[in-house]
Order: sequence, then C-alpha cells, then structure tokens
Amino acid sequence: MTNLTPTTEPSVADADEALAATAREEGRKPRAGWRAMLPSMTPSLVIGFGIVAAIVLFGLLGPLFVQDPTTVRNSGLQPPGGGHLLGTTQTGQDVLAQLAFATRGSLEIGLIVGVLATLLSAFFGVLGAYLGGFADEAFSLFSNVMLVIPGLPLVIVISGFVPQEQRGLWTIAVVLAITGWAASARVLRAQTLSLRNRDYVAASRVAGERSWRVIAVEILPNLLPVIASQFVFAVIFAILSEAGLAFLGLGASNSSTLGTMLFYAQNGFALQLKAWWWFVPPGLIIALLGCGLSLINFSIDEIINPKLRNVRAHAKRMRIARKAAAR
Amino acid sequence: MTALTERAVRPVLTVEDLSVVYDVANPVTAVKNVSLTLAPGEILGLAGESGCGKTTLAYAINRLHKPPARIASGSVTFSDADGSDIDLLALSDEKLRAFRWSKLSMVFQGAMNALNPVISIAAQLDDVLRTHRPGMSKAERRARSQDVLQRVGVDPKRLNSFPHELSGGMRQRVMIAMALILEPQVMIMDEPTTALDVVVQRDILREIIRLRDELNFAVIFITHDLPLLLEISDRIAIMLRGEIVELNSGEQIYRNPQHPYTQKLLGSFPSLTGDRGDFIRTGDHALTGDNR
Amino acid sequence: MTSVEVKNLTKEFHIRNGMKRSTLTAVDRVSFDLLPGRTVALVGESGSGKSTIARMLARLEKPTSGSIDVTLDDRTPVHGSVYRRHVQMVFQDPFASLNPFHSIEHHVARPLKIHRRTRGAAETHERVVHMLERVNLSPAEDIAARRPHELSGGQRQRVAIARALAPGAQVLIADEPVSMLDVSIRLGVLNLMARLQREDNLAVLYITHDLATARHFSDEILVLYRGRVVERGPADSVILNPQHDYTKLLAASAPDPERMGKLVRAAGAPDRSGIDNSVSFNHYTGEWTSLDKRPVPVS
Repeated sequence: MTNLTPTTEPSVADADEALAATAREEGRKPRAGWRAMLPSMTPSLVIGFGIVAAIVLFGLLGPLFVQDPTTVRNSGLQPPGGGHLLGTTQTGQDVLAQLAFATRGSLEIGLIVGVLATLLSAFFGVLGAYLGGFADEAFSLFSNVMLVIPGLPLVIVISGFVPQEQRGLWTIAVVLAITGWAASARVLRAQTLSLRNRDYVAASRVAGERSWRVIAVEILPNLLPVIASQFVFAVIFAILSEAGLAFLGLGASNSSTLGTMLFYAQNGFALQLKAWWWFVPPGLIIALLGCGLSLINFSIDEIINPKLRNVRAHAKRMRIARKAAAR
Repeated sequence: MTALTERAVRPVLTVEDLSVVYDVANPVTAVKNVSLTLAPGEILGLAGESGCGKTTLAYAINRLHKPPARIASGSVTFSDADGSDIDLLALSDEKLRAFRWSKLSMVFQGAMNALNPVISIAAQLDDVLRTHRPGMSKAERRARSQDVLQRVGVDPKRLNSFPHELSGGMRQRVMIAMALILEPQVMIMDEPTTALDVVVQRDILREIIRLRDELNFAVIFITHDLPLLLEISDRIAIMLRGEIVELNSGEQIYRNPQHPYTQKLLGSFPSLTGDRGDFIRTGDHALTGDNR
Repeated sequence: MTSVEVKNLTKEFHIRNGMKRSTLTAVDRVSFDLLPGRTVALVGESGSGKSTIARMLARLEKPTSGSIDVTLDDRTPVHGSVYRRHVQMVFQDPFASLNPFHSIEHHVARPLKIHRRTRGAAETHERVVHMLERVNLSPAEDIAARRPHELSGGQRQRVAIARALAPGAQVLIADEPVSMLDVSIRLGVLNLMARLQREDNLAVLYITHDLATARHFSDEILVLYRGRVVERGPADSVILNPQHDYTKLLAASAPDPERMGKLVRAAGAPDRSGIDNSVSFNHYTGEWTSLDKRPVPVS
C-alpha cells in the first residue's frame, strides 16, 4: 500500500498558501527582493551567528590587547592565573596571546579559501552548465577529475613539495581552494541545469537579453542561497583542513594558526604533561567555529527549501498550543 | 438530493455538515458545512477551481488529511452494502486502514506518477491484495490482478511491465485497476484525467462509466472541467470557497443554473459546436454571469 | 506591420539510446502565414510538435530545415537582433515564466531597455505603468513594485503579455496561454489578447489543445498530428465539418455539454458518434492503430 501514497498529499510543508494568507492578515508583508533571501531569525541562526561573531571579534581585536605571543619566558607550563589568563606554553609563551593570533590566522585562511573556492565553483559550475555542449562536457569532466582526487593526501603532497620558506599563508590557501571547489561546482551545475530550462530564463532570452546578463541577473540571484551555503561550507573545510595540515607540520610557516598551536602543543607533550590549558583552547575554538558556521548553514537551508520553514513554523504553533492547553 | 428521495435509495455515503479547518495562526476554513449524499452506483461531480477546497474535502472524507488540517465539525457515515453503518470519523486507525481501499478507494490527481517505478505492475497489485485479503492464495491473487487489468482495458500480458514502460493513459488505467481491485463501493477520483490528452481522457471516462455499470460502485468525480462533468455525472455539486453553492442534477445545472458562480463557470467554457457567443472577442468585461 | 511566412518548417531531434541512434521528427514540413490582425491556431495533443514550432518561432530552437521569414509592410526583411523586437512569446506556465527574484517592474522594463524603447528611468517607469494598465492590472504602480509570488496566476499571465508587447512586438506567439489558469479567468485573458490584437493589429499564433477556444479565438486552424498538419482551414469549417479522421476524433473527444448524456453515458454500447469507426484507440498499445498506418498530411 505504500506505493499508493499520493504525490499530492497535502502536508504541513505544502500549506504555503494558507500560511502566507495568515501572514498577510496579521499585517506582516511578505518579504520582497533581497530581504526574502535573508534567513529568518531562528534560535539556531542566533546561536551560530553569536558564536561566529564572538570568535571573529576575538581574532580581529584580540591581537591588539594581548602580550607578544613569541616572548619566551622562564615560567614554562604555568596553569591559568596570575599574569597569564590562559597559562603559558612549555617555553613560557602566553597561551592567550598565541590563541588570539592563531584565531586570526585560521580565519584569514578560511576567508581566502572560502572566496577562492566559491569563485572557482561558480565559474566552472554555472558557466559550463549554462553554455552547454562542449564547454559543459569539458568543465564537468574537469570538476569530476578534481572531485575524485583525494583532497588531503594531495594537499600533503603539494605542501610537501613546496619548500618550507615559500610555504606561506597564501600557498596553503590556494592549495586548499584548488582541492575544495569541485563538489560545490557539481551542485551548482545541477542547479543551473535546472534553472536554465525554466521558462523565465527562456523568456529573458526571447526578450533579447545577452547571455552574460541572463547568467548574472536571471540565474545567479536564484543561486545565491546555494552559493552562500557553499561559501560557509568552504570556510569550515578550509579551517579544519588547515588545522589538520598544520598539526602534521605542513602548515603555513610564516603565520600561526590554531593548527600550528596544536602542533606545538603535541610536540611539547602537553597531553602527557596534563597541560590542558595549552591544547584545549585552540581545539575548542575550532570546534565552536565549525559548530557556529554549521548552524548558520542550517538557516540558509531554509531559504533553499522553504518547506523546512513551514514545518518549523507549524512545530512552533503546536508547541504554543500545547502550552496553552496545559495552562 | 431530489434524485435521492425520488429513488428512495439508502445512500452509500453521507457527509453531514463537514468543516475542515487549517489550524494556522489565523485558522482558515477550507471546507465549510458541506453536506452530501451519495447513492449506490451514482456519479457525483464536484466542480470548483483551485483553492476551493475540493481536494481537502476528498481527503477529509477518507481521513487522509494531515495537520494543520483538522475536521472541525460534522460527520461522515459509510453505509455498507451488508446493512451496517460505519462512522468514518470515529474509526480507530487500524480499522480505518482496513476500511480504506476495500470499501472506499481513491484515484489521485497525477496518480499515474504515484506508481512505484522500480516494482512491476503485478507486484504492486499483488501488494494491495496481500495486505487486504490475506486469505487469498498466490494464484488467486494473480488471477484477480489479471482480471482487473482486463477490466480497465489493459492487456493482462502487461502485468509484468514496469510503470515507465507504459504510456500516461495506461498508467492511469493501472491506477484505476488498483482502486478497483478490492471492489470498493465508493471511489473518489480527484482530477483523474486532467494530465491526459482529450482522446485518452475520453477513453478512460468511458471505461469508468462502463465499470460503474458492471460493478455498481458510486463515484465522487472531482474536476474543474464542468463540461466533462455535465457529460458523465448524475448530479453535480459546485464548490466555491469551501462551500457547496449549488447541488443539482447535471441537466438542471446546465439548463437552469441558480447560483451566479455556476453561471459564471458555465460561461467560461465556450461551446465547441454552439454559436460564437457575442461575449467572445468583443471585450474584456463581457464575462459576466448573465451573458452565458 | 509585420508578417511571418513559415515554409516547410522541420525539426528533427537526434536521440541517442546507448549505441542506437534514432531521429525523431517533431515537426514535419509545416507551412503557414501569420498576418497582421489575424490569428492562426495550432491544435494538437501533447507530442504533436506544436510547442516546438512556437520555440522555433521564438528562436529558442533552430529549425533543422525550412524557413521563417519575417517581413515589414514595405517587404524589408527582419534579421538579427531586431527579430526579437518584432516576434515575442507568451509561455504556458505563468508560475514559471516570471523570475521569482525580480519585481514585476523588472520584467516589463527589461525589454523596454534592451530594445531602447525608452530613455531614462522616469520614462521607463512611466511606460511600465502604462503597459500594466493596458493589460488591466491596476493599481499599476502597486503591481509594478510587487514580486511574482504576490500575484495570482491570471495576473501573472497578464504581466507576461505586457512583457511580450513591451518591445513593440507585432507578432505574438501564445503557447497554451490559459491552460494553466483557473477556468473562470481563462476567457478574460483570451479576451484581453483579442483586444490587444485589435488595438495593435497583431499577428497571433495561438497554440492550444482546446478545440473550443481555438474555434472562437482564431481565423484559421491547423490540426497537428505527430508533427504534421493533417487538416487546415477556416476555424468554423475545421471544427464543425472536420474532414480528417484525426480531427473528427479530437472533436468527438472534447467534452461538450451540448451532447450531455448522449456520448459517454450511453452505457453498455459506447456511442461513438462523430468518430469514424476505422479509427480506434487500441487499449493494448495505447495508440490509434489505423491512424498510425495513414497519417495523411494535406498541406
């Protein structure tokens, strides 16, 4: 009997019109234009945004207030307290200072990789799919090849080949961007293939729009939520991968990141010496940043698939009704 | 309604004062105090436009509605051929499952796309019988499946086909076969032919009428296509914003429509063979109820 | 005034199924003329090639062979980018043909800007409001600021018509313009198109599967079957006095309340009035057997 379930079965998710009607009656105007693209305020968005904003602020402003992270002191491995809020490393460096600079370094990497990977995926994904024919085949083949190349080993090999003195922040960022864009490009290609066959794209071609305008004005805005979500994902990917690389000793040589902090903590036997204040803070920031960005991504999901929003709105109403009944 | 009292037949389905509310922040009443009776073997047409609540009504009769939809008031009574009355709104979930399909089945809009693409027709028909007729042997089930396919005009040899191997019209026939297989007393058909071409539609309608004559099930036929309903229905209910604004025999609805909305609907379909109405190609505002 | 001459229009699709290649002729040597103030209806079922013809005329598909010649009154041919100023199209699904991201103003303003019909933002806006008023959308200022999801299907289709006429098009291709709309507003949209046609002396190609509106809203009807024109002629004579078996079958299949109770309700022995008995729908194959053997093009 399962196969007799109607495809048109009305469900909460489909109650779009009814919900929109009530929204209008309550005097809330349906949001228009760019504002409809913004996620609605949900607890997950607020929490995610709060976490990320706090970490970003810490990375931006922290370095201005802390001590010099490189100063070596005789007071090694001091627990938190006294002159050092988060204690010191084996060589007596201030952990809080290191943490502030490392957070800034990781965020830089994340941002650079996020932008580069998004640009690459948008170029190969959207352009190929819109043009179709040979360009699509070629771009699609290229992204497939990039997709099957195992990312981290390739990054290790490339990082290993680049001499350590040249292995700066940008080198690592470029390597991570090159290995990280292919999956997004495939998603964008699939989306674009569906969008380019929509009637409104055909209508704009009939109206006489040039190809670049069709892509930039008619197709891209409708891809924005997907691209935003992929950007956030690319940032998470970059920060985690960089941390992994740095932990293996293949990180950027001229800057400190959360990964390099963990690398030095590991080399300094922080775990064995029970110096938790050395490795817990960077680990925690990585975890929190990943968590915060993911929470933001869930909210973006609701824009891509508005049905999720209806389900949530309904759940909320049911909760309120139950509370009212209990009273 | 008059048809019923004249015939003095015990109705097979009685809907009384049924209201369905969408429980959203400002509740929307999708179906308002609808009362219907359905005589055995009768074809009742339900006409209305998108959003008028006709599909919500169909789902509510069979209790297939889901939250936030809620039946606010009214009753649905099914009068079994064996003489017992079943209060559909009071049935337990388990009994309801057994009741659905065996006594009252549905053919949904776009149902032809509801067939499972990776399972053969035979297996899908067999599945229904296995669930509802546990006593049947495998051979009996197969014979029944073949028989029901034959009835809807599909070659029984097609039993082992997969849905994608059949045309849209054929798939819709299979769906009707599936709805018929347990010999229900009522079938609710929600826009069963809307997605099909007119020639195929005509053939399927003929098939439905023929099967109705053979098996004497009653049909609630839901569509926006009033001329089609006029051809096939015994009685027609016109639905507007959740309410039934007119319910009468097809003849009366066509010759002597009472409600302005009925007149407007009738006027929306230019006659194929009739005169070129003055209202056509003369202006925008000519479309009103009285110049049908 | 602009007219269109379509000659022997053919479209073949190449289908690759594994190693097998086959050719599907979606449109087979179709010819017709679109003249100012006149409406030609293309009638057929799904798969008859009628939408492919529309897409070729709108230059969304390239014909395999045959020609589409657009000429002005003084016989000068229309080529290149000017083509789109003269020939415009209204799509079937008003829910898909407007970009959900953009305002109504954007949809109507773009063709004006592309074809340089207006100068400056103020004139463009004024013109957009004027176009919206012409298609009976009021208050036009308010509608212009809205986005597609805030309009009903009928309103959206009016916007689509305004957009098509914005560049000053003289030839309008309407691909099933009302089949997705609620029945009670269909005639309103068709009558609107008829009024605009009278006012602007438009040449209209009306594509539909609905014989009744084809008869009432067009001058000439072409009946398509599997890419070929099987019957053509003045609207009334094709519908009231069909010659070809397929046209008869279509006419007999269309619901018609005038025949209430006569056709389908004749239980037991289905009445096939109007249908040539040599044409039968084969339940087992899902096709008309005898028609398959002899689809006779008349053009």
